[in-house]
Order: sequence, then structure tokens, then C-alpha cells
Amino acid sequence: MELSDHLFRREAGRMVSTVTRIFGVHNLALAEDVVQDAFCRALEVWKFRGVPENPSAWLMTTAKNRAVDILRRERTARTFAPELGRLLESEWTLVPTVEEQFAASAIKDDQLRMMFSCCHPELSTEAQVTLILKTLCGFSVSEIAHALLASEDSIEKRLGRARKLFRLSGTFVEIPNASDIPKRLEPVYQAIYLLFNEGYHGSRSEPKVREDLCLEAIRLSLLLYEHPAGENPKTHALLALLCFHAARLPGRIDEEGDLIQLEMQDRSKWDRDLIAKGFHFLEKSSMGNELSEYHLEAGIASLHCLARSYEEIDWAKILELYDVLYRIRPSPIVALNRAVALGNARGPEEGLTELSKIPDRAKLKDYPFYPAAQGEFHFLAGRPDEAAKHFEGAMKLARSRSETNFFERKLKACRLGAAQINDR
Amino acid sequence: MSEFTYLFRGRKTSGSPEEMQKHFEKWAAWFKELSAKGHIKDIGHPLEGVGKLVKGKQKTVTDGPFAEAKDVVGGFTLVEARDLEQAVELSKGCPILEVGGSVEVRPIQKMNM
Repeated sequence: MELSDHLFRREAGRMVSTVTRIFGVHNLALAEDVVQDAFCRALEVWKFRGVPENPSAWLMTTAKNRAVDILRRERTARTFAPELGRLLESEWTLVPTVEEQFAASAIKDDQLRMMFSCCHPELSTEAQVTLILKTLCGFSVSEIAHALLASEDSIEKRLGRARKLFRLSGTFVEIPNASDIPKRLEPVYQAIYLLFNEGYHGSRSEPKVREDLCLEAIRLSLLLYEHPAGENPKTHALLALLCFHAARLPGRIDEEGDLIQLEMQDRSKWDRDLIAKGFHFLEKSSMGNELSEYHLEAGIASLHCLARSYEEIDWAKILELYDVLYRIRPSPIVALNRAVALGNARGPEEGLTELSKIPDRAKLKDYPFYPAAQGEFHFLAGRPDEAAKHFEGAMKLARSRSETNFFERKLKACRLGAAQINDR
Repeated sequence: MSEFTYLFRGRKTSGSPEEMQKHFEKWAAWFKELSAKGHIKDIGHPLEGVGKLVKGKQKTVTDGPFAEAKDVVGGFTLVEARDLEQAVELSKGCPILEVGGSVEVRPIQKMNM
């Protein structure tokens, strides 16, 4: 029997969450050791005996037994989860209590608790994402550093701060009461969204790594979705958004790992199943009276997925959604995307005017897609010379080889266009 | 064909879940290949890292491990090969070598000399 891809990584998140629940969040490192031990044991035994029929259950049982050993050995020396404390002290209740925590439904609760704990308000969003990748997604420090393009040192620092916070607080964040849930879910959404974006737009690491981040973000949102405390219209909207974006991953990048512009993307490569799932979640997201930024972004992404060709894109409708999105979340990036939609809907000159009117556009001064949007509209307006200047500007700001190549191709097209005009 | 044992020393204990899984998959692939070529007589057993040592006329019993972690035999396998040279050659594919471990190749003594 073969193992499914990333099985260990997925199980790591489940096991760490559950063992941490029992040991207490201040013993996170010890919980991680238990899990590592389970993997070592699996490695040693399975290579001779083969993969067991249910590898996930095997790993879970191994971690559970190891946890019980440690509880027995160290219960006088350490304090474990305070809320389970008494039950763990007595031999009569120790094993049943641990068994109960390892029941399937408890494991789901534990993962949700872990998610809430990772998204502690005192941690920055980057630190939250780092912690999520470490504890819930089973990434090592070097894998996180690789994926988020930070040094291993800075990842260690982020984790160190988080662990300190956990040691001080001592308890897991409980699943909040129904009325508190929306407030507590907000940072979780943000962290998942950032994680996905890191994979989707993160322009520096290799495609395989980025795809992994996107899939992890979807997996975490599914965890929310599968839990009564996390299943609500906003979760559906986030899931819809992630599905629509992920569906287009296969068409976005060419064999060399370079970005392909929307006009040139082969839409037949888009994942139809994921698009269908996106629409399923989008429909569910409308049950309720909340209209969040995730609803709007999902709506915009759905319109892109609906268009069978670039020409068919309903820019007027997309612009409407951006108008509302900008009211909810007035950021310069949203304004930029809105201006691009406007230019596509009403013509390049209007697009350029809109771009020049973006409030806070100073904040976009290092963002290559601002001059690139200007370049694009000048090009469409028949001024390739002017367009070239802007693409040169974009190239200077490019943050990766893939972006540089992307702008370089645009620049070539501009120069070719300019030469043709001069020939006439 | 002659019979040999492979004694595996050392083990992979560190690495991310992803790396652990990859390492396991290498072992599975290596055993599968040896088996497909008819070299596996008995896949053998993994051994716990600890145990007891019983020694001498006094039958004194001491706790294992008996050596440093990297020198402890973690498992053994019975293989069939043409000769020692081929058995050694085949052992070079063992993933334990990638994690600082070793394979000791020992011919099994025959009854009919």
C-alpha cells in the first residue's frame, strides 16, 4: 500500500493539536516531540512491515500511547492541561481521558482550538501564519522559511515569541461562545487569506511550494467549514474565493514558472471541479445578510471563471463589485484593481484618469503593477512609446525573475508596436 | 545463490513530517526493488532501541542500549545474492546511508562446506 501525498504533514497537524490539548499549550514543544516520535516509529516499523491498513489511525494510536507514557512519567514534575489536570492525575481516569481526546470529533475540536490559539491577537499576522504552518500544517522551520521567503532565523524568532506567549498563558484558547465566534474567526480568516496569497501571488518561491501553500489554506478553511463553530456564510465566501483562485492556478504559470497574463491564459487548463465547488460555496455564502470582503472577492473571481474567453469577461459587473469592495475595504491595492476594471469596462483613457486619482497612491510607489497598469492602458490607447516608459518603471520594481520576465515581454511588445507606428 | 544478512545501524530521527515520509518512501521503494529482483529471502524485523544484556556465568542482566545510538542495530533483513560482492553492491541503494547510518553485510554460514 502506498501513502497518500503529504499524509505525514496532515497527520502532524491533527496529532500536535490533540496532544497539545492534553499537555497544555505551554507544553507545545513536548507535544511536538511526541509527534516526531510517532513518525520515527512509523518509519522503523513500516519499512519492514509495510504500511498498515489505516496509517492515520496507526500514527494517532502511537502518539496516544506515547502521550500516556509521558503523562505517567512526568505528572509529578510537570503540569499539563489545567482543565484536564485532575483527570490526568489519577490512574483510573488517565487513559479514558486521553482516549476521549483522541476521539475523531475531539480531534476536530482540537484543531479548531489550535487555530484560534495560533491567531492570538497579540501576534502579528505573519507570526500567526508562521505558527499555523508549524503546528497545524506540519511544516519545519526551514520549510516555512522557504515558503514565506524569510530567513530561518526570523522564523525561529517568530515561533519563539509565540511559544513564550503560550507558556505565559498556559491554556488553549477555548472554542468561544456562539456570540463571540465571529469576532474570533476574523483573525483566522485573515491568516488563511494571507497564507493563500503567499502561495498565489508570492512571486519568489518555486511553483510547487506555492501550490502547497494554496492547498494548505484550502484545507484549513475546510476545517473551519466542517466544524459547527466555523461554518457560516463568511467561511463559505472565503472557501468560494480560494476555490475560484486555485482553479486558475494551472493556467497562470508557464513551463518556466513565469506568470502568464490573463489574456493569454489557456482557460481549458482551469480546474472545472474546483470552479464547480467555488460556485457551490458561493451559493451557500449568500444565505445570510452579511456581505463581507470575501463575498465580493469571491464574486469577482467567479466572474473571471465564468468567462469562456478574455473577451467575454463582464468588466462592468466586476467594476460594480469593486465599487462595493472599495467601500468596505478602501485600500490602495483595491483601488488599483478597481481602476483596472474600470479601464477595461469603459476604455483606457478613463482607466488612466482613475489610476491618477487613487488616494494614497504614494503607498503604491514600490508596487510594480501600478506602472504596469498605466503601461497597459497607454498601450491600449495606441501610445506604445508612453507605455514602454511605464513598463520600464515596472521592471525596476519587479520583485522576482518571473515578474521581470513578465514586464520584459510587455516592453518588447510596446517597442514592436512603436516601431510599426514609425514605419507607417 | 548464497544468503546474507543486512544489519542496519542508525536511523533517521530528525526532519519535518514531509521529509520523514519521503525517507520512508525511499525505504519502501528500495525493498520493493530488491524483492522484485528476487533478492529478499526474508524481509526481517525492526528492533527496539532498548533491551537487556545477559552476560557470563553469573548471568548478570544489564539494561540496553549497548552502544551509541548510531551503532545500535535497528533491524535486519535476509537477502539472497550471487556472492558477497553482489550483496554489497545491492546494499548501496539502502536509504539508511543517506542519514549517516550503515549496512553490515554478513554471509550466512552454510551447512555443507
